[in-house]
Amino acid sequence: MSLKVPSRQSNGSTASTKAVILVGGPSRGTRFRPLSLDVPKPLFDVAGHPIIWHCLRAVAKVPGIREVILVGYYDEAVFRDFIKDSARELPQIRIQYLREYQALGTAGGLYHFRDAILKGGPDRFFVLNADVCCSFPLGEMLKLFEEKNAEAVILGTRVSNDAATNFGCIVSDPQTKQVLHYVEKPESHISNLINCGVYLFATETIFPAIRNAIKRRTERPRLVSYPSSENLDASFFSEKLEDGEKNEVLRLEQDILSDLADSNQFFVLETKDFWRQIKTAGSAVPANALYLMKAFQSQSEELAAPSANILPPVFIHPTAEVDPSAKLGPNVSIGPRVVIGAGVRVKESIVLEDSEIKHDACVLYSIIGWNSRVGAWARVEGTPTPVGSHTTSIVKNGVKVQSITILGKDCGVGDEVRVQNCVCLPNKELKRDVSNEVIM
Amino acid sequence: MKALILVGGYGTRLRPLTLTLPKPLVEFANKPMIEHQVESLAAAGVTDIVLAVNYRPEIMSAALKKYEKEYNVNIEFSIETEPLGTAGPLKLAEKTLGKDDSPFFVLNSDVICEYPFQDLADFHKQHGEEGTIVVTKVEEPSKYGVIVHKPDHPSRIDRFVEKPVEFVGNRINAGLYILNPSVLRRIELRPTSIEQETFPAIVKDGQLHSFDLEGFWMDVGQPKDFLSGTCLYLSSLTKRGSKKLASPSKPYVYGGNVLVDPSAKIGKNCRIGPNVTIGPNVVVGDGVRLQRCVLLAGSKVKDHAWIKSTIVGWNSSIGKWARLENVSVLGDDVTIGDEIYVNGGSILPHKSIKANIDSPSIIM
Repeated sequence: MSLKVPSRQSNGSTASTKAVILVGGPSRGTRFRPLSLDVPKPLFDVAGHPIIWHCLRAVAKVPGIREVILVGYYDEAVFRDFIKDSARELPQIRIQYLREYQALGTAGGLYHFRDAILKGGPDRFFVLNADVCCSFPLGEMLKLFEEKNAEAVILGTRVSNDAATNFGCIVSDPQTKQVLHYVEKPESHISNLINCGVYLFATETIFPAIRNAIKRRTERPRLVSYPSSENLDASFFSEKLEDGEKNEVLRLEQDILSDLADSNQFFVLETKDFWRQIKTAGSAVPANALYLMKAFQSQSEELAAPSANILPPVFIHPTAEVDPSAKLGPNVSIGPRVVIGAGVRVKESIVLEDSEIKHDACVLYSIIGWNSRVGAWARVEGTPTPVGSHTTSIVKNGVKVQSITILGKDCGVGDEVRVQNCVCLPNKELKRDVSNEVIM
Repeated sequence: MKALILVGGYGTRLRPLTLTLPKPLVEFANKPMIEHQVESLAAAGVTDIVLAVNYRPEIMSAALKKYEKEYNVNIEFSIETEPLGTAGPLKLAEKTLGKDDSPFFVLNSDVICEYPFQDLADFHKQHGEEGTIVVTKVEEPSKYGVIVHKPDHPSRIDRFVEKPVEFVGNRINAGLYILNPSVLRRIELRPTSIEQETFPAIVKDGQLHSFDLEGFWMDVGQPKDFLSGTCLYLSSLTKRGSKKLASPSKPYVYGGNVLVDPSAKIGKNCRIGPNVTIGPNVVVGDGVRLQRCVLLAGSKVKDHAWIKSTIVGWNSSIGKWARLENVSVLGDDVTIGDEIYVNGGSILPHKSIKANIDSPSIIM
């Protein structure tokens, strides 16, 4: 049974555009622990700014966007300050947060708030997953959308064949860019062009498509994709959870995109630029590096000026105190009121606000949590993962460990202590050397 | 008086250092092992020293020429064409050791202690019997051969018990002896062990005594013990108030027991000690932390590095913010890159290390 998606009339050049950023909720993002124990993932700072700031910045660059809607199920208060600050920075854009009271899934959430999205009669809207780090080539997506008179455009990127099955896989016509087939996390190899989690939808197409999916769901058991041993349990489980309630958990990836592929107006823009998911806490380090590199390439004034002891790109918050003999970079972000002592080395790391690194200490491939202290001659170290890798775990002596060392909030590392490939929960003092451990 | 130093083979246990220098020439506390021994023997009145070796590195000859002059002694090589164990070399050197009726010293070249040669000779003369072996008290005698005395005598040895299960005593053979030339008649020219064959035979005749060693003792034949021996040696220098040690009033000295060659350069804001030896022409950068380690001649430690329980070989270079620990041993001319971590790495000469060594391993 193939879905008949209503076709859309062409609308000329006065088309208006909105954007929706999907921010998730506190029960999601558990993989971002221990950092998400203290800050909601979308507000975690990479390259000196919250993760969603980078999404918002990209949206603000698209001409004609006047409204951005954040959709998620965090408490309203969570984004209040961020929205206030962003409104000051981007006065031309109205930003609001719409809260789901239960997790509705990515498509369910859009549908639930369709009135707000449709208000003002936009012809199309972007949907960005907040846990994506990329250059967000939204202008190019819009261009393709108009060229093809599309109903939907998805951003795609090539990954290694090994990694592809962890993502939504897109089969497309290389000439026309038309999406021919879409499968979420297939068991076998289908394509190495994957879903970046960034979409542009025609309003008059996407809501009927979601409605059809809901209708189909209520009429007969869910047909997600061919059940595999891996996703069978998970899909039954989530079905059961929602039983008895309104069956509104609908995900764009599983429930909508494969149907859209049957229409002829679904296209993919393949980005050659960087792309990375921010799932685990450790993935904030490569995301930080990518955003810093982007800022460096665009000659951002925010970055520290390169010198003998500053290997670019490096972000140093204006309120941080960095001893001139400390060597920082590349790919380092130093947060507000951080104190960096003499002869300190920091590389490929994020140092969060109010933390202190004492003299001659060395911090590599790590995240130093808020208000944490690293002692003199201490060494806090992660392991670099290969460029292009989409995982933040590595196998050491046959055991899977986190490649990035993470200290949660208010942690302490004693003088001369070495911490390697560890994840340390908040409020711990590390007085002896540790490696390959999670410290509760 | 005469002495024989048992040097033996290639010193493989102290590789990678002994790939560059023969073991007797490896500096212990900034002085070659053999020089510690030659100096002490000369001070006790020894004039003829035999080095029992089973190979003859040319480089040794030059060094020994120097010591002959400096300490006014004759040093000769006795070269085994096949390994003769611990007793065979005595027989091989019979011509020198047995040239007169005076007793001779025998020492194992790996042993470091406050050599008590004069007191040992006096004691030996006093009891007048064939041999005296120096013994040291250890905490865990079960790992060694233990000496048991005759019940009625404080020094005459009754028997040896190898690795005793039950406590029979805590004195073990320290690898230093004084023997009458008559002992040479008990040894055949073949591979034979002084501990297993010669001593038991002398004990049977009631002619072997023990002499208690004062102070520290260590067999420094392998890196772990080389480092421990260095700690003991430096502690003993401190105890004796030796002027050789760096003054604790120096800003970088931390916890004492620091020996620095006058030609070495130390940067600002370092914290060095306890138990560190720094050899000639070593350069230590700023903000360096050193403890329980040995930096051999010509090595260089760059700014902010951290080194513990490590022997840094001659002319090696340690990068900025590098961290070395857990009995790492660097051969001659090894380079450790900036920010590299080395955990128990045993690194052969002329290697350049650009990636972490996370667990103890040998880098060929």
